[in-house]
Amino acid sequence: MIETKEKLNQTFLEDIYSIPDGEKLKTCIQCGTCSASCPTSYLMDYTPRQIISFFRAGMLDRVLKSNTVWMCASCYFCTVRCPSGIKLTDIMYELKRLGIKYKIYPPKNPSPVMAKIFVDTINQFGRSAETVLLTLFFLRTKPFKILDFIPLGWGLFTKGRIATSNKTIKGKDDLVKIIEYIEKKGVA
Amino acid sequence: MKYSYYPGCSLEVTAKPYDASARAVSQALDINLEEVEDWNCCGATSYISIRELISFAISARNLALAEKKGKDLVTVCPACYTVLNKANIYINEKEDIKKTVDEALAVANLKYDGTVRVRHLLDVIVNDVGLEKIKPRIKKNLDGLKIAPYYGCQISRPYGTFDDPEFPMTMDNLFSSLGAEVVNFPLKANCCGGILMTTEPEGSLKLIKDLLFCAQDNKAELIVTACPLCEINLEGYQKKVNKKFKTNFSIPPIYFTQLLGVALGLSKEKLMIGKELVSSEKVLDRFYGGKR
Repeated sequence: MIETKEKLNQTFLEDIYSIPDGEKLKTCIQCGTCSASCPTSYLMDYTPRQIISFFRAGMLDRVLKSNTVWMCASCYFCTVRCPSGIKLTDIMYELKRLGIKYKIYPPKNPSPVMAKIFVDTINQFGRSAETVLLTLFFLRTKPFKILDFIPLGWGLFTKGRIATSNKTIKGKDDLVKIIEYIEKKGVA
Repeated sequence: MKYSYYPGCSLEVTAKPYDASARAVSQALDINLEEVEDWNCCGATSYISIRELISFAISARNLALAEKKGKDLVTVCPACYTVLNKANIYINEKEDIKKTVDEALAVANLKYDGTVRVRHLLDVIVNDVGLEKIKPRIKKNLDGLKIAPYYGCQISRPYGTFDDPEFPMTMDNLFSSLGAEVVNFPLKANCCGGILMTTEPEGSLKLIKDLLFCAQDNKAELIVTACPLCEINLEGYQKKVNKKFKTNFSIPPIYFTQLLGVALGLSKEKLMIGKELVSSEKVLDRFYGGKR
């Protein structure tokens, strides 16, 4: 068991270090600039600085089961301010990817569902289809909350700012070929 | 001046006014925008959360389509801007990424040599056209209109290609030189919550509340944005903010291209002014024959 966990940890570390500039994570000095800069840290189970610390200590479950990475709004404040040049926003993306790949994420957090539906709609239409995206999202996460969005949806509809049908791009087959090629290569 | 234009998905629906005003203003300033034919979604922050290389590859399809025309690729959505830039930079800098992306594109008979420059329309307007050429075309002085230019995140972070990642000034300088009064707005580069407003609305409403409070407290009549997501979050959730925090904010966010269009003398219809959920009429009518 411990061996497997250690192996998994090793895989995760290698994964993170393999993304562009990922190795810089090794140079974190735990100064906390990222946490202090983060606009959504107040929503997080652990701050970004703690996440780096847990991750390097091999406490993967704690990292991936917390809501932290899914509360990152991609504002890039941490990235531009980190004195060690760590691209923390990109690392948050990588942690999201690892969580989805190994199916370790906070069970009730709606963000992984949103990300997956978004990808599905792109694969289907070639472009984002906001109406489809939001409808599927609410149906799969919290159907009763859809009522909260009706006033906003109606308001946008009356202003002609909602799509009533979705076009598919002409090159959709090409797009699918591109996606499938990389999927087959197994390095996505 | 000729450019390829990448509108992005939001501009076809919720952010139609951004698209309409971007095109109208560009035309008025002799910026020729040719839409990339059959572009696909850039992938935004969601695709890269699931598949990194695929997100670079789907952006590369757009870059490859744009490269055929040999012009800079202009977008107005800061998320598209960052995603396309990120893909472009990594494809050019990291050989392993380039190799896989090249192979994937080849399957669709496409090829990308890495020569496209990804630009934001704000950058093009201010730095390629320039104030000197804009000023003679101005029909209406913005006449002390109090505005809070709101940049949000990805227009200057992480890349900061044309403005400062911490304290951007491009819109401030542009509009103050056209007569507007730019109010103190220290939160101008802060985050609106992005997609979290949809996935975690209860928690992230605070971010919108803080932005509205800061703008209103500093007496701004308008918030001027450059991002479709910032715009929809600021206007679409104002009622919810008012309910939750017992506030009474009523401050319209409009796109920078709409306000620039007002100064250029373009019609409300062309700029799609009046299509916002928090009406800007009271504020902007003075430029269309109404009283102040």
